[in-house]
Amino acid sequence: MFETIRAFKKRGVLAINKRNADYTLKYNPRRLYPLVDDKLRTKQLAQANGIAVPDLYAVVEVAGQVHALPETLREHSDFVIKPAHGSGGEGILVIADRLNGKLKKPDGLIITWEELNHHIFNVLSGLYSLGGQPDQALVEYRVKFAPVFEEISYQGVPDIRIIVLMGVPVMSMVRLPTRMSDGKANLHQGAVGVGIDIATGTTLGGVLGNEMVTEHPDTGRPVIGLTIPDWDDLLKLAARCCDLTGLGYQGVDIVLDKDRGPLILELNARPGLNIQIANNAGLLLRLELVEQCHAELHTVEQRVAFAKDHFRAAGLSRG
Amino acid sequence: MNKLHLYVLAVVFTALGLGLFVYKAYVLGFPLAPRTKVQVWNVEARISFVAQDKPVKLSMFIPSSTRRFALADEHFISSGYGLVASVEEGNRKAVWSIRQARREQNIYYQAVVRAVRTKAPRIEEEAPEVTSSGFEGPRLEAAKSLIAATEAKSADTPSFVAELITRLNRSEPGDNVALLLGPKPTLPTKVEVAVRLLAQAGIPARVVQGIRLQEEKHDFSKKTNLLHWLEVYDKKQWLSFDPLRGKTPVPDDWLRWWSGPQNLVNLEGGSKLNVVVSVSPKVEEGISAAVLRGEISKPLLLKLSLFGLPVNTQAVYRVMLLVPVGAFVLVILRNIVGIKTFGTFMPVLIALAFRETGLLWGIFFFSLVVAAGLAIRFYMERLKLLLVPRLAAVLIVVVLLMAVLSIVTHSLGIHRGLSVALFPMVILTMTIERMSIVWEERGPGEAFVAGFGSLVTAALAFLVMNVKYVEHLVFVFPELLLVLLAATLLLGRYSGYRLMDLYRFSALVKG
Repeated sequence: MFETIRAFKKRGVLAINKRNADYTLKYNPRRLYPLVDDKLRTKQLAQANGIAVPDLYAVVEVAGQVHALPETLREHSDFVIKPAHGSGGEGILVIADRLNGKLKKPDGLIITWEELNHHIFNVLSGLYSLGGQPDQALVEYRVKFAPVFEEISYQGVPDIRIIVLMGVPVMSMVRLPTRMSDGKANLHQGAVGVGIDIATGTTLGGVLGNEMVTEHPDTGRPVIGLTIPDWDDLLKLAARCCDLTGLGYQGVDIVLDKDRGPLILELNARPGLNIQIANNAGLLLRLELVEQCHAELHTVEQRVAFAKDHFRAAGLSRG
Repeated sequence: MNKLHLYVLAVVFTALGLGLFVYKAYVLGFPLAPRTKVQVWNVEARISFVAQDKPVKLSMFIPSSTRRFALADEHFISSGYGLVASVEEGNRKAVWSIRQARREQNIYYQAVVRAVRTKAPRIEEEAPEVTSSGFEGPRLEAAKSLIAATEAKSADTPSFVAELITRLNRSEPGDNVALLLGPKPTLPTKVEVAVRLLAQAGIPARVVQGIRLQEEKHDFSKKTNLLHWLEVYDKKQWLSFDPLRGKTPVPDDWLRWWSGPQNLVNLEGGSKLNVVVSVSPKVEEGISAAVLRGEISKPLLLKLSLFGLPVNTQAVYRVMLLVPVGAFVLVILRNIVGIKTFGTFMPVLIALAFRETGLLWGIFFFSLVVAAGLAIRFYMERLKLLLVPRLAAVLIVVVLLMAVLSIVTHSLGIHRGLSVALFPMVILTMTIERMSIVWEERGPGEAFVAGFGSLVTAALAFLVMNVKYVEHLVFVFPELLLVLLAATLLLGRYSGYRLMDLYRFSALVKG
């Protein structure tokens, strides 16, 4: 056991106690949490700062507003409905197309506007929000994900998670939906996490649950060795999010849109730790390095350059 | 965020808690262990006789408080008798009388006897007159020669008495002793002869009769045989001597009842007298006995402790003070071991319920109610209910389930089933709700892991909270919770690995 602890320390494995005590509690003031917990506020904040996000088509705050939706959404054949305070991909309804005044989901099922309204009512009543609080429903642009992930995701939209400490990207992975995760890009629900080399933007190994994998469990395609296009832009985007919210330690979730490039999907004040398994590397050494050097890193470019210099796949090791 | 601040706080709390604890335990004498119990005895004399339709007068010696024993709660129970209590030649005596009585009569004397440790100085007593020994002729000669022989082998009164007792108890007594004691002497005879011999030697002495306060393992109300021993006046006080071993003083559990060779009870106007003296031990908690004895001498501190509260409130605090202990176990299991549970304090409250149901039955009932509740909750999922009505509906179902379980188990003769009512129903409802949500969102595996974790945590918290020693310590020394608080504060900044992390991230150090 002590040997394992020693090995963990050598690799700089960050576990939950230390993440909470020394990172989230230290760098993320509680008062800033609403900025990231409420997707509407995150979106407005990002837009105000010129950061690309999926377009917001409509916000439904009270039940009466659903009657205006068909008119508001007249020009959009596809869209997504999500709860503003949802977590873990719960309560997201994707509409892929229209058919004879009805709506078509990506899996081909047809639903009526009444069924859509019922879903929105559920969202408003807090069925999917943290703590069951009354919520708002956001209607927004449906992301058309970039072809790079086409063969290694099952339905859903793969997203890229970048952990950022004080504006410096430290570790990254892409989360691939699986049949098990029901098309959701959430590791807890069975999505595959694949580590990304910060220096190059190429994918490393994958993790399913707590185990390492090399192939997508549904398509059987290798998940290793893919290169994310516009990797530098993604890093810069993530680095800027720190200035946006003021949260010192956060997880930035980005999707790659075929037409519009990288878009910020959401921010997370308590990013998970399995990203370490996906990267086969510990977070702690990288975080400590950033803490030592961040005073000299002033601009976004400097921070990204620092990250690319120091956080290559071969990784850091203590002693 | 300053660690030094935290350490100082922890040290202050620990010092405060331990300081108070040590002061109370060692200066004020609060008992450290729950088994520090003091024996208290119920002594009862039952006198039965048949009255002969004539005036009845019955007298009985009754014990007095001594340096060793305090008498309390004396009761004299009879029907229609007049009662007079008096002191006669140093003995207390109760006299019951009635003008006319028929058939069988029962009279009771009851008292509570408590061992005391008086620090008051001995009272000097006046020298009594030495009565005549009453020996005549050859017996007088024998007595004289025995006294002379005994005196030759002793230095003072106690050693003289001890030597005399030894000589009287020899298996092959000399001619003198044999003459004085007569054939087949009983112990009372020996004691009486000893008193007369001492009188002959000019030493005041008397026979004392009493009972042994003894815990009988099986039959608490066994008839107790009367003991006889010797009291000898020396240096302005009476010394007691064991008439068999010659030791002074007599053993601690010998209760002096009266002095003199007379019988315990003297009856006029009745027949078939039967006297049964019985002793039954009554175990009191050490603490209440200490309070009663006034051993905790600072009344202000006593008043400011939990013992100053009404008894039923004390009972509430006995349980309440255990909750922090359970919470501490929970902190260790969650932050050091890394066990997943539903809700933060749910396992502690479940553990409290286990105190009433017992561990195995508690786990069984808990699993049963949660499983049944979950099944119904999944059915309700189809109804797409909104949050608050859904929770209320689950709560109603849980209450009904508990009631049904109580009724069914009771009718099956399983009395433990009744205590299922003590489960915190709101906690059960929230457990079912959370479990169903985890089930839906993260799959049954995670739900079972967290459910199992909750049960294990509850069971461990119960096992710790159920240790009598722990319950005693936190109740008698609630300041120890400050030490617990200090430890909890320190654990609050523990940022090392949890035991479960070692498994979770083990893929990172393989190969």
